[in-house]
Amino acid sequence: MNPTEIAALLKEKFDDRIVESKPEAICPASVVDAAAIIDVCRFLRSGEGLDFDHLELLGGADYKDRIEVVYVMTSLRHGHRYTLKCRLPRENPSIKSVETIWAAANWHEREAFDMFGITFEGHSDLRRILCPDDWEGYPLRKDYKTPTRYRDMPV
Amino acid sequence: MEVEYSGDTMTLNMGPQHPSTHGVLRLELKTDGEVVADAKPHIGYLHRCFEKHAENVEYPGVVPFTDRMDYCAAMNNELGYVLAVEKLLGIKVNNRVRCLRVIMAELNRIASHLIAAGTYGNDIGSFTPFLHCFRDRERILDLFEESCGARLLYNYNWVGGLMCDVKPGFEDRVIEFVDYFEPLVADLNRLLSHNYIFIKRTSNVGILPPDVAVNYGVTGPNLRGSGVKFDVRRNEPYLGYEEFDFEIPVGKGEFGPVGSCYDRYMVRIWEVMECCKIIRQAVKKLTPGDVQETIPKRIKPPAGDVYMRSECPRGELGFYIVSDGSLKPYRVKVKSPCFTALSALPYMARGAMIADIIAIIGSIDIVLGEIDR
Repeated sequence: MNPTEIAALLKEKFDDRIVESKPEAICPASVVDAAAIIDVCRFLRSGEGLDFDHLELLGGADYKDRIEVVYVMTSLRHGHRYTLKCRLPRENPSIKSVETIWAAANWHEREAFDMFGITFEGHSDLRRILCPDDWEGYPLRKDYKTPTRYRDMPV
Repeated sequence: MEVEYSGDTMTLNMGPQHPSTHGVLRLELKTDGEVVADAKPHIGYLHRCFEKHAENVEYPGVVPFTDRMDYCAAMNNELGYVLAVEKLLGIKVNNRVRCLRVIMAELNRIASHLIAAGTYGNDIGSFTPFLHCFRDRERILDLFEESCGARLLYNYNWVGGLMCDVKPGFEDRVIEFVDYFEPLVADLNRLLSHNYIFIKRTSNVGILPPDVAVNYGVTGPNLRGSGVKFDVRRNEPYLGYEEFDFEIPVGKGEFGPVGSCYDRYMVRIWEVMECCKIIRQAVKKLTPGDVQETIPKRIKPPAGDVYMRSECPRGELGFYIVSDGSLKPYRVKVKSPCFTALSALPYMARGAMIADIIAIIGSIDIVLGEIDR
């Protein structure tokens, strides 16, 4: 299935919960209402002819006025790929975890939590993964200030 | 294997300085006698914040950082990054650049798989194959050194072209290496792959069924070891890989269930032979040309984002790059193949013996520099 067909299918099924779609872009993507992410992902995972069984990438991006969560997924059976994006507020960003749909999301979500402070509701083990547990701040946010000291050690 | 749990568990730390963890990795094991009830990997000891660094340097300056992620396969890492930027810029490279990139990527794949096989033998208790593998890898590093001056971290692939052309006679030396190397794979098989003890240690250990592997997002030789025939070079070709004739080896489960440590190991050995095939074809296709013809004067991609993946020796390496139209990338996110492979480790470790954990870690062939970035 090509990106235009996938975008049309999503629009037909979820209507106004798909905020915008850009199937012609270099990275074909749809922006999804954050509240509907579980339903959309479940549909893409098991929908007929879709079978997105492989979550390739889940990550955040800080756009100064919002935090975006990016999901890149592929179907190994059909060979097609699609991207979903969710926009969250910068203050206490929170979204439902897709861990139950793809086991791969577990570590990816922990990384997004570690780097951007995005809370994934329903995650089984939401801890920092790359930084130490007592690290302060979220390093990949644009307004992050590198601390000068960590546990009395100069950084 | 059927195991019996007594319910009396003990927590055991394996690492971070364990010699068999291929880097700085700590495993928190819950053991019940000799049986592992649960394993929790703790990573981040090598975290250097690559993604933050990348936001603060211009596009060409990111390439040396990508070298330092997976230092065993630096050529493939920088290739993944430059392909993503080129896709964003819409650059089409000429035939010489394309073929040289294929040759370098495949040579590096052989070198990386040789490390994987050699150190794996070492982990299991067979030291000699390690020396044989490193002897042959040295010859590949010599080829890289004469081309770009470096033996480990190359900075050879540039956005739009290559750092410099290869030296005269490079093609002959590559073919000479392939001719020398191909018969040696049979030696390695006699020494290690078909060794009775090695097969016993690996063929019934760390089973990763295909559906679980896909669910955990495992890619590359680890996925193919589970019997799933998927290779980015074939399924979503880049650099004209569709023109090359090569097989995609998958795990057959010769001595046990499909998806065992032995299958993952054997896929790498078979893949090395396919690399030799590709290199021979790429050398034939090599035509004269200017390798810096398409390098832009200023690299300033239009605003937008791109996701590009390529087949690294350890699996699918993806780069998600957001550009805001300036000289520096706004956001670079790496999908690391080892990161997802390691996330499946607790699944494989449950119910295994403590000694088998070493066999499992070795078989997924992780490089912690890439996991922690």
